[in-house]
Amino acid sequence: MSAHAPPLAETLLAIADDELVLGWRDSEWTGIAPLLEEDVALSSIAQGEVGHARALYELVARERETTADELAFERRPEEYVSSPLVEFRLVPDWARTIARRYLYETADAIRIETLKGSDDADVAGLAAKIEREEAYHRLHAEMWAERLRDEPRFAAALEELWPYVLGLVEPGDRGELAHRIGREPQYAVERGAHDDGWPALWDEMTSVRRSIPGATW
Amino acid sequence: MGSRRDARRGGVIWEVFRQERPGAAFQHGGSLEAPDRAFAEAYAREFYGRRNESVALWVVPREAILEVDEPYVADVFDRDYRRVDGYSLKTKLKEARERARTTAR
Repeated sequence: MSAHAPPLAETLLAIADDELVLGWRDSEWTGIAPLLEEDVALSSIAQGEVGHARALYELVARERETTADELAFERRPEEYVSSPLVEFRLVPDWARTIARRYLYETADAIRIETLKGSDDADVAGLAAKIEREEAYHRLHAEMWAERLRDEPRFAAALEELWPYVLGLVEPGDRGELAHRIGREPQYAVERGAHDDGWPALWDEMTSVRRSIPGATW
Repeated sequence: MGSRRDARRGGVIWEVFRQERPGAAFQHGGSLEAPDRAFAEAYAREFYGRRNESVALWVVPREAILEVDEPYVADVFDRDYRRVDGYSLKTKLKEARERARTTAR
């Protein structure tokens, strides 16, 4: 972690937003993946990411005296800090979807390793739990990346998404990420600006919760 | 169970056997389609291991299974004395019990 690392709750919220939005986007493959087996596997990974988001939101909610649901579904679109990488709508492009999964999981592993070393025992414990499941997500992503390695479309997708994934980790960790992916570190697209598709995604993602404000579900 | 691979598709059919408890016999869990061993392993884990329902999995390409069409070995000679079926102990046991009871009195 760099010397100017953001406060822990901010980091947790950024990771939670990434996990929620990526889970949402990957779940768009449910029912339309190239193989039935893959449909089930990817849907379950997507659900896993939403589960991680929930657990992370709970830690943030404790500190900010709110609830995980309110953090997930009741913020204004501009209050979310998700990276544009996870906001891109990539269906029906399988090569780009796998490129994103592979890049994201590799970066996420570095973030989770940092959290595992946290002084906060709850954070370190949750990171260890998440890591056990992410290991399978990573296996899945690496298996597909290996299969698509020689596909020009996959190589182009890695090239396109590389600056975005660099923005997921602290500047001090970008060299390590470049090493793990086997690419040169370059300029990073930092989180902050959202993708053009974000408002529509937010609108749909929060629509049920907003349909009856203040309701107890 | 056919060993033929559907030429229109790239996948191989894999049969999955699962063990529920250490030491228990492996049972056939079902089958899945996957292009190679790595994918078969990942999907097997996803379909048969995710809910803690298995402690171990065997994943076998369906083509590797030798299918025996007629497991019944025909009796061509009259050797029914070798067969143990039809030799009911029930009646003999009942008679023996009766005898034992009578003797005991």
